[in-house]
Amino acid sequence: MTSAAMRSTSETTTGGNPGRGSLNGPLRSLRTYIGLFPFFIYSGFFLAIPTLQVMILAFRNQDNGWTLDNVKEAVAGVYLLSFQQSLWLSAISAITGAIFGFIAAYAITVSNIRILRRVIQTASGVFANTGGVPLAFFFIASIGTYGLLTTALKKIGIDLYSGGWTLFTFSGLVLVYLYFQIPLMIIVILPAIDGLRLEWREAAGSLGASKWQFWRYVAIPLLAPAFTGALLLLFANSFAAYATASALTSGTIPLVPLQIGSLVSGNVIADKANLGYALGFGMVVIIGFVMAGYAILQRKTAKWLGN
Amino acid sequence: MSKRLKVLAGVAGVALAASMLAAMPAGAAASKAATAKSAKDVGGLAGLIKLAKAEKELNVIALPRDWANYGEMIDTFAKKYGIKVNSQNPDGSSADEVAAVKTLKGQSRQPDVVDVGVAFAVQGADEGLWAPYKVATWGDIAADAKETNGLWYYDYGGYIAIGYDAKRVSVPPKSFKDLLNPRYKGQVALNGNPAKANAAFSAVYASSIANGGGLQDITKGLDFWANMKKAGNFIPVEATPATVQSGQTPITLDWDYLQAKYSKDAAGKVDWKLVVPSDAVFFGGYAQAIVKNSPHPAAARLWQEFLYSDEGQNIWLKGGARPIRLPAMVKKGTANKSAIKSLPVTPKGATATYPGLDDVVTAKSLVALLWGTL
Repeated sequence: MTSAAMRSTSETTTGGNPGRGSLNGPLRSLRTYIGLFPFFIYSGFFLAIPTLQVMILAFRNQDNGWTLDNVKEAVAGVYLLSFQQSLWLSAISAITGAIFGFIAAYAITVSNIRILRRVIQTASGVFANTGGVPLAFFFIASIGTYGLLTTALKKIGIDLYSGGWTLFTFSGLVLVYLYFQIPLMIIVILPAIDGLRLEWREAAGSLGASKWQFWRYVAIPLLAPAFTGALLLLFANSFAAYATASALTSGTIPLVPLQIGSLVSGNVIADKANLGYALGFGMVVIIGFVMAGYAILQRKTAKWLGN
Repeated sequence: MSKRLKVLAGVAGVALAASMLAAMPAGAAASKAATAKSAKDVGGLAGLIKLAKAEKELNVIALPRDWANYGEMIDTFAKKYGIKVNSQNPDGSSADEVAAVKTLKGQSRQPDVVDVGVAFAVQGADEGLWAPYKVATWGDIAADAKETNGLWYYDYGGYIAIGYDAKRVSVPPKSFKDLLNPRYKGQVALNGNPAKANAAFSAVYASSIANGGGLQDITKGLDFWANMKKAGNFIPVEATPATVQSGQTPITLDWDYLQAKYSKDAAGKVDWKLVVPSDAVFFGGYAQAIVKNSPHPAAARLWQEFLYSDEGQNIWLKGGARPIRLPAMVKKGTANKSAIKSLPVTPKGATATYPGLDDVVTAKSLVALLWGTL
C-alpha cells in the first residue's frame, strides 16, 4: 500500500507522464485557462457588463440619444463637491486606518505570541467585513446621542457631545470607517511585515547600523510598496462604502455613492437616472486609477517577498 | 418515415393544434383587455373577472406586506378571484419599479401594476409606460388627484406627523416651530435623505409651509432644517423601526400611518405617540398606474377595480392610510367606521392639499442640490 502510493507520487513528480510535456503550445495554454472560465463568466456578468452599461448610460439622455450633459453636470456644483468630499473622506480614513493598522500589525509580529496573532487575524477578518446599516447602528447605539456609552460616560461627568462634536459629522464618519479600515490594514500588511526577516535586522546591527538607520535604509524602503498598496486598497474600500454613510448622515454630508443612490434608486428624483450613471462613471475612472497603482505596487512587493 | 414516427408526429400535431386552440381565445381576449379603458370595454366587471381568472396570475412590485395593510390587500384579492399574486421586490423604491417595468418589457415577469410616487407616475406617463384605465368609481377621485385620461391616479396617502417617545419626551412638540426648542437637542430625525426618501422630502416640504415658504418656496424649509442642524436638534440618523424601538431617535417625522404602525410595533419598548403638526398639514399620496402591454392586462385592471372598490379602500383604511375615495365613502356611509376612529387625529379644518406638479419638480431639484450643503 505504502510503497504503491509512494511510487505513484514519485511518478507524477518526476514527470512520469510524458504526454503532458509534449502538448503543443496553444492547446496547452487552453488547458491551463479552462479552469478560469467560471471566473471569467462570473466577472463578465457581474463586473464587466454592468461597468460597460454604466459607461454607456452615462452618455445617454432620457430619450436614449447621446449627450455629454450628464457628465458635465456630474463635475459641477453639488456633485463636484460630492467627489471632493468622497475623495477627502476616503483619503483620511485610509491614511489613519493604514497608520493604526500598521502599528497594530507590527506589534503583533514583534510580540511573537502565536495565539494573539491568531485571535487578531480572525477577528480582523470579521471586522473588516462588517459594514452597512448594522455598523451604523452599532455606533448609534453605543456613542450616539442616546448611546449606552454616551449615557454611561455622562453619569461619571464626561459629556461626549459637550464640545459640539457629533457622530454624524465628517469626523464621526471617519471614526466609524476606521472600524473596518484598521482590521483590513492588519490583514493585508501582516504578510509584508513577516517578510521583514529578523536576520536582516541582526545583520544590520552587526554592521553597526542604529535602529533608526535600519528603518531608514532597510525596513521603510522594503515596506513602502506594500504599505502604499494597502493604502490604495483602503482608499478604494471606503470610496465605495454606501449604506453606513447613508444610515448615519441622511445625505447631510454629500458623498458620491449617496448621490447615486438618490438619482438611480430613490423615491423622490424621478428622471435623473442617467446623471447617476455619469457619477458612477466618474467613480469607475477614479477606482481604475487606484487599482492600476495598486497592481504596480503589488508586483513590486511580490518580487521581494520572493513569491 | 417509420410508422412509429408517423404516429408520434400525428400526436404532436394534434397536441400542438389543441394547445393553439386553447391559447387562442385567451390571447385574443388578452389583447381586448390590454386596450380596455374601462370595464365596459370587456363586458363590465363580470367580463373582466372572467378574463382575469383566465390569466391566473398578477405581477405586483414594491408592496411591503406591512405597508398600508398591503398584506391583507394581496391575500384578499388572491382568495376572492383565485388569482396568484406574484409580489416582487417588496422593499423596492419607486425608481426600482419604473426600472423593472422598462427592463422586463416583453417578459412574463414584468410588473402589471405599480404603486409609485406621483413624480414617477408623471415620468412614466411622459415615457408612455402606462395604459389608460378608469375604474368604476373614477368619479369619486378628486379631479386634481388623477390624470384626466386615466394614465395614473392617487390611491392613498397620509399626513406628515411628528412621532415621539412619550417616556423620553416629556413636553411633546406640537408644531414644526416647537422642534427648534433647545429642549429637543439631539432628538429629531427624518426617515432618511430627503433627496431619496419620499417621507423625508415631504417633511422638508411641510416645514416650508410652516415657515412661510408655502408650496412654492421650499428653501424656507431647507433653511429650517439648516437651523435645526445648527442648533443640534436634528440628528441625521435614518429613522427606522430599530432606531425608534431602541430609543435612539426619540422624535421622528414620517407619514402618520407609518407612525401609527411604529407605535403598535414598539408597544412595550417605547411609548410611541404621534401628532400632526399644527403649522403644516401636509398630505402626501402615492399613485396607481397600469403598465402598458403587461403580461396580465385583465388581472391588472381587475386589481385596480378591487383597490378602488369599497372593500379595497377599507383595507387601506384599516392600515391607517387614507384612501382617495374616503370623503365619498364617508358621505355614503360605506367607510369602515371603527377604522376611521382609529385614524391619527388631524388638526381641525385640515384638508388634503395636492401641490402642483411644477412646484414639486422645482422643490425636488432644489432639495437635491441644496440638502448636501445644509
